[in-house]
Amino acid sequence: MARIVIDPVTRIEGHLRIEVEVNDHKVTDAWSSGTMFRGIELILRGRDPREAWIWAQRICGVCTTVHALASVRAVENALGAEIPENARIVRNIIAATQNTHDHIIHFYHLHALDWVDVMSALKADPAKTAQLAQSISDWPKSSAVYFKAVQDRVKTLADSRQLSLFGGGDWGHPAYKLPPEANLLAVAHYIEALKLQREFIRIQAVLGGKNPHPQTYLMGGMATTMDGNEADAVINPERITLLNQLVANAQTFVRQVYLPDVLAIAGFYPEWFQHGAGIGNYMTYGDYSGDSTKSASGFSFPRGIVLGRDLATVLPLDPKNVTEYVTRSWYEYPDGDQAAKHPAQGVTDPKYSGPKPPYEFLKTEEKYSWMKSPRYDNKPMEVGPLARTLVAYASGNPQVKLLVDGTLAKLNLPPTALFSTLGRVAARALEADIMVSRLSDWVAQLDNNMAHGDVRLHNGDKWNPNSWPKSAQGFGFHEAPRGSLGHWVEIDNKKIVNYQVIAPSTWNAGPRDVQQQRGPYEAALLDTPIADPERPLEVLRTVHSFDPCLACAVHVVQANGAARDKRR
Amino acid sequence: MPHQPFLAPSSAGKSMSPIDRSVLELCQCHGISRRRFLEFCTAVTATLALPSGYAQVVATALSQKKKPVLVWLEFQDCAGNTESMLRTSHPTVEDLVLESFSWEYHETIMAAYGKAAESALERVVREEKGKYIVVVEGAIPTADGGVYCTIGGRTALDIAQEVCGSAAAIIAVGACAWDGGLVRSGPNPTGALGLQGAVPGLNVVNLPGCPHNSANTAAVLVHYLTFGQMPALDPLNRPLFAYGDIIHDQCERRAHYDAGRFVEEWDDEGARKGWCLYKMGCKGPEANYNCPTVQWNGSTSWPVKAGHGCIACASPRFWDTKSPFYERLPHPAGFGVDVTVSEIGWTVVGAVAVATAAHGITSIVRDRRSSEPTANQASEKTGSKEQQSREQR
Repeated sequence: MARIVIDPVTRIEGHLRIEVEVNDHKVTDAWSSGTMFRGIELILRGRDPREAWIWAQRICGVCTTVHALASVRAVENALGAEIPENARIVRNIIAATQNTHDHIIHFYHLHALDWVDVMSALKADPAKTAQLAQSISDWPKSSAVYFKAVQDRVKTLADSRQLSLFGGGDWGHPAYKLPPEANLLAVAHYIEALKLQREFIRIQAVLGGKNPHPQTYLMGGMATTMDGNEADAVINPERITLLNQLVANAQTFVRQVYLPDVLAIAGFYPEWFQHGAGIGNYMTYGDYSGDSTKSASGFSFPRGIVLGRDLATVLPLDPKNVTEYVTRSWYEYPDGDQAAKHPAQGVTDPKYSGPKPPYEFLKTEEKYSWMKSPRYDNKPMEVGPLARTLVAYASGNPQVKLLVDGTLAKLNLPPTALFSTLGRVAARALEADIMVSRLSDWVAQLDNNMAHGDVRLHNGDKWNPNSWPKSAQGFGFHEAPRGSLGHWVEIDNKKIVNYQVIAPSTWNAGPRDVQQQRGPYEAALLDTPIADPERPLEVLRTVHSFDPCLACAVHVVQANGAARDKRR
Repeated sequence: MPHQPFLAPSSAGKSMSPIDRSVLELCQCHGISRRRFLEFCTAVTATLALPSGYAQVVATALSQKKKPVLVWLEFQDCAGNTESMLRTSHPTVEDLVLESFSWEYHETIMAAYGKAAESALERVVREEKGKYIVVVEGAIPTADGGVYCTIGGRTALDIAQEVCGSAAAIIAVGACAWDGGLVRSGPNPTGALGLQGAVPGLNVVNLPGCPHNSANTAAVLVHYLTFGQMPALDPLNRPLFAYGDIIHDQCERRAHYDAGRFVEEWDDEGARKGWCLYKMGCKGPEANYNCPTVQWNGSTSWPVKAGHGCIACASPRFWDTKSPFYERLPHPAGFGVDVTVSEIGWTVVGAVAVATAAHGITSIVRDRRSSEPTANQASEKTGSKEQQSREQR
């Protein structure tokens, strides 16, 4: 029995540590730990709730903007602020752009190198690579000359012995299965995706001034303005054509590059549709409403729960059943660490009890993470694109069903294959396809509203704090790229007195709970085959399939206390 | 401490100089045209406000055989500065991380993981001692023995001391690595500090902002490659080309301020016409940064252009000193400036100058009233650039 530590887990956001036990080339136990803590919710206390989103947005710069959206929704929910239709659309455009952008970066720049051997691309025949590329897609760049140029670029790197970002990779590892031509294809698209993401995200710059951390939300709507006859309006006919072009380019990339690449690469790794399922409970809050920010019924991605891999039943979700444990986390609850707390009554008291740095191993039999353990009805839940896809699929959503069934048919797999490491990868790509098509719908709606003189983007009814009740509580949900995000806020006397976040990666990466139930990462790693314990590439495959985001995952809140009041 | 020797432009008067040839070769093996390569050298030269003839010097420096080594450390961060770097368009990120530098450690995007990642960093510190560039992102927690951020079982502080201590050049990107940023704002639960505060004595070039604008950072990196030294800095060690001017003075909405045309309510007619956001809390008059000129994401836009006020994210301790963000400058109520500003609409330019000076004075009062220490000791001694600029008026 050997204990293997992976720290830092790279190609993720944040500081994640995985410890696994390996017996006979199989993972027999696993522990997931977040090793960084900032305490942003503590910092939010005492602030003006209207600016909470500016602060909360900084929880994460990779899934930037998702916390801004959940935060502004929470404050609007608490204060009863309504937003105009155009603000809903602009928020959807910003969020769907984030989602698609994040999925593309995740696949090519964070995850692909678990499947793609960059140095093997040197052995590829560029002409055969072009044939392969043309057999799976109409992407016009796929010529032998193009692939030769990419190969030369890799060769320059290899010859210089300065591999830069590709240095220290597991090149030549027996778990890599792609032929050289597929590796070259993927490396070429790694570079293409770097270019695409830089262009595509300009949508957020148009609507929010910049990315990362666009600066455009307002409690009650958006600071973005719209006027078909004003050169200096943020949205005008010229900007609409730019948005349309950026969306169209992204859609071409998703359909001609991203989706075909995922299917092609997955085709070489069929066994990874059997590994990495984990707990098999899937949850989503639902999002991207067609008509209202409040009604769950109009969501493009429906709300619900699939329990125990049972696709015949979608259970309703009641936010009241969400709780968090700190039994195995470096925090203390005042009334003991055995019981869970609902986020609205969340408490934070960081109490590190891990080993003194520098350390070799965590004390995994005790507390071992800065992440808490969220549970729904005391059960661990997987959240993310796969959960959204499964809930939509099981709910009979026609668009999702068509896409999923078509993809499974191409791969000759049953729906149960989705409960797996590659199931997550495939669901993410399918979701990107749906998102970009919705993006063009929303831009068209904005354009149409503008043409008909409906240019409202902010509702100022609740902007003045004197219009607020003395105390208020609210919550805001968003289906972020990595899954279900919730913010809970309590306002008293015009200030934030309590703030709580449960992020997608907290659900997925959290540690064990009071009943010793493993979190989704930990459960998914069980039985992972390990060819070479010195180079546990297979562990990364499953961990990366969740798209970890640790800055999001670690957070705290303090329900009582006066620490913030000293500030002013 | 120059890493690359200064390389003068070739004086060879033939049809093609040796330098041109090396650039051309480089371009060919990268599959990019010579013209495109020189275009981006020109863009970088323009960002740095260098004479146009320097484009050739930049091109030469970028085509050296042995690439300088760069390591990027992330501590108490959100990776927003990493993401910003991925958006850079001149040089493009793919050129920067694959060709211009040997980008050997950067957790968010590097291929190696776990032990191999640790070894990569150890190798640089050991074998490239005194020759590599280190970029730091995120704050460094100092409370409770540093347990609030560990990587590979080591504390952020431990890693920062070792890796920065042996570097040729150190760049802090983003507000958190500069002065602790949001992580350090009250009540600072983890004892977070910026790099200079946590590891005193380092010579750090600061590129603050939340996040940093990678157009500036890319330009600083290229400048270092080209001249072997950092560009000119202000008293807070921020490059003058990026932080030397006040946003308000560069703002495209400035004419509306001078004419007294203000957004009075969100989404009003003035908002749609792009009028001044001062009354909605814009901190542009107290903020130094080149957002209005360089803009973001391939010069697409910047926050004021997109309709929201500036939050002064490149100013010292901005989270605490510039919030509440929707409250109009000057911060302390009852100073009479609101009356003055409302009068600007009908007064002449001279009165505007008086009002602007008044903003500055009240802001200095506010900064000095703050019980929190400023960004670092230097800022207390010399005053921030913003304050100096105001005082000059």
